[in-house]
Amino acid sequence: MHWIDYLPPLLQGARITIELTIYSTLLGALAAFTFGLGRGADCVPLRWISVAFIEVFRGTSLLVQLFWLYFALPVLGQWVGLDLRLPPMVAGVLALGLNIGAYGAEVVRGAVAAVPRSQHEAALALDFTPRQTLWRITLPQAIPEMMPSFGNLAVQNLKDTALVSLISLGDLAFRAEQIRNFTQDSTTVYTLLLLMYFGMALVLTALMRLLERLVGRWRGANAPQGG
Amino acid sequence: MNEQASVPDTDPIIRFDKVVKRFGETTILDQLDFSVARNEIVTIIGPSGSGKSTVLRILMTLETIQEGLIHVAGEPLWHELQGDRLVPASVEHLRKMRKHMGMVFQQFNLFPHMTVRRNITEAPMRVLGLSRAEAEALAEEYLQLVGMMEHADKFPRQLSGGQQQRVAIARALAMRPKIMLFDEPTSALDPELVGEVLSVIRNLADQHDLTMLLVTHEMQFARQISDRVCFFDKGVIVEEGPPEQLFTAPAEARTQAFLKDILARG
Amino acid sequence: MLFGIEWDTSSNWAFAWSILPILVRGLWVTLQAAAVGFLLAALLGLILAAMKGARLRLIRWPAKLISEFLRDTPLLAQLFFLYYVLPDYGIVLHAFMTGALALGLQYSAYMSEVYRAGIEAVPRGQGDAARALDLTPARTFIDVVIPQAVPRIIPALGNYLVSITKDVPILSVVSILDMLGVAKIIGDRSFNYLVPLTLVGVLYLLLTLVSAALIRMLDRRLPKQGVPLR
Repeated sequence: MHWIDYLPPLLQGARITIELTIYSTLLGALAAFTFGLGRGADCVPLRWISVAFIEVFRGTSLLVQLFWLYFALPVLGQWVGLDLRLPPMVAGVLALGLNIGAYGAEVVRGAVAAVPRSQHEAALALDFTPRQTLWRITLPQAIPEMMPSFGNLAVQNLKDTALVSLISLGDLAFRAEQIRNFTQDSTTVYTLLLLMYFGMALVLTALMRLLERLVGRWRGANAPQGG
Repeated sequence: MNEQASVPDTDPIIRFDKVVKRFGETTILDQLDFSVARNEIVTIIGPSGSGKSTVLRILMTLETIQEGLIHVAGEPLWHELQGDRLVPASVEHLRKMRKHMGMVFQQFNLFPHMTVRRNITEAPMRVLGLSRAEAEALAEEYLQLVGMMEHADKFPRQLSGGQQQRVAIARALAMRPKIMLFDEPTSALDPELVGEVLSVIRNLADQHDLTMLLVTHEMQFARQISDRVCFFDKGVIVEEGPPEQLFTAPAEARTQAFLKDILARG
Repeated sequence: MLFGIEWDTSSNWAFAWSILPILVRGLWVTLQAAAVGFLLAALLGLILAAMKGARLRLIRWPAKLISEFLRDTPLLAQLFFLYYVLPDYGIVLHAFMTGALALGLQYSAYMSEVYRAGIEAVPRGQGDAARALDLTPARTFIDVVIPQAVPRIIPALGNYLVSITKDVPILSVVSILDMLGVAKIIGDRSFNYLVPLTLVGVLYLLLTLVSAALIRMLDRRLPKQGVPLR
């Protein structure tokens, strides 16, 4: 078979990979802000849950987390009488999203902490509520700080999606493995595989850089200064 | 030794009663008695660490107090009345009290991600509940006052320090406070930018019925606009009085030493 | 039974207790794979870093391209490539070495960045001062730059060692018996995936916490200004 013939199934797989990346990145962003902000919240239980979440998902291997959700959770379900079998797509999005979210949470926490205290004082002096201060003053200033790290995490997430092939989800890596099994043409298939991931990663990086620039418009060429 | 400034028979708008403020082991304010009359313009001078900025920060509810009582516009600030008992102030009470005061910071503290106009309209809209049209009209009024109207759509990073501070003054004024607090408003500015800010403050002092409390090192300026000058040292008021009296004939030795030092440094 | 050790399925706790020694065997493989992978990465990273700093564009650009390529492609794909393609060209490696090589390649790109960042963090003035004192470039590098770059590089390398350890389970795909590989076999045979996988998770958590503490300790004991030279 000519390498051109490999493209249709590979592109099918690539579609799954892209879907997976999008969903898990969204879930990851949600988790990152929830637990990143929760880490510094006044509500103590929320703080503890956030710390626990971050430590567990950063401190264990992603593949272990994925396998746990796909293989171990159903067993737990049996014990408690619930059907906790997750379809591969759900398990994949969940594992990827929560994992990347834990790393993102640290980025969020760091960026929020980097906003100068004087900004909070100015907001207090103008009588903004803590919630208003968070959403209108702190986060808009923290988000541009987060973008470079978020860009790295997004690419990392894309790479991580390859692991779902190990729970039989038909992503790009899975398709490649299928083709190789069929044709034994390892070199061509895997070279194509690597090149396709590389291409997707470059596109993703470009998108993230664009986003970074859009979000940081008010900063101009330098960081803000005065006096 | 506190010299009682002559207080008009209307109640003082600010009154500190035996206020103690500590940071860990250090006592910043030591049984401070202090009051300011309505529409009075008071300048606080003194060496660093004397507690002068702390007085302003406590009024703006940025710092708490350990002992004593503070009244603003007749109501307790860090406490509130529950029935006939005084209890520590709740969050709602503090929010209500904050509206009496506006503060201008040494480092301006403009919101860098908002334009000049938005810096000024944001709080009136979100906190006071004004409509966008009302808030923008307000912003224009105060931008005219401080002479920054033509820069309304710029971002803070595009402005000089003096311009940023003038916007900061407009931002504080837009909340229509009764009391304006200025914490070393020109100390972070290059010398040639100081004048524009001082003239805005002088304008405020002359034309508007505002109570103003300034902490500054600009002695000439203090002399020109103040009704009363207080010399702070080690958490107490050492001496206070009309500027003419304090600057030309200070009674206390510490005051004399401080003034000599300041004037020598130019 | 695995590695000659029987497990006890009478109760979940007994099960967990009895498979622990088996998992520890897997842990040992995990640590070995991580160590070898790390050393390869550190070495290859050094070469890449040197190439990226070369004067000749002919050397610099390919190095940057390779580095970017290694960073932007999944470890799993790189592993498959090495595992299936190399034998076709006559290079037959033990599965363990293939896995370690994949880890080494993937992380060499990150390592080279760590080296560069550490060296660039040394103030420019140091190089100027060395030149003023008439030190040769080689001497400058060895005696002035490296000792000052080290305190910044070591903790970063430590963090990547931890990352590598968390990536080792991917190697189980090529039948390497690391912790996850072992857990999966136990799960396949006993139909109880919950206990082995949870134990693996707990072991990883402990591993990470201990390493984090070790790295913090190391970070504290490294003087910030640079490794002291006598």
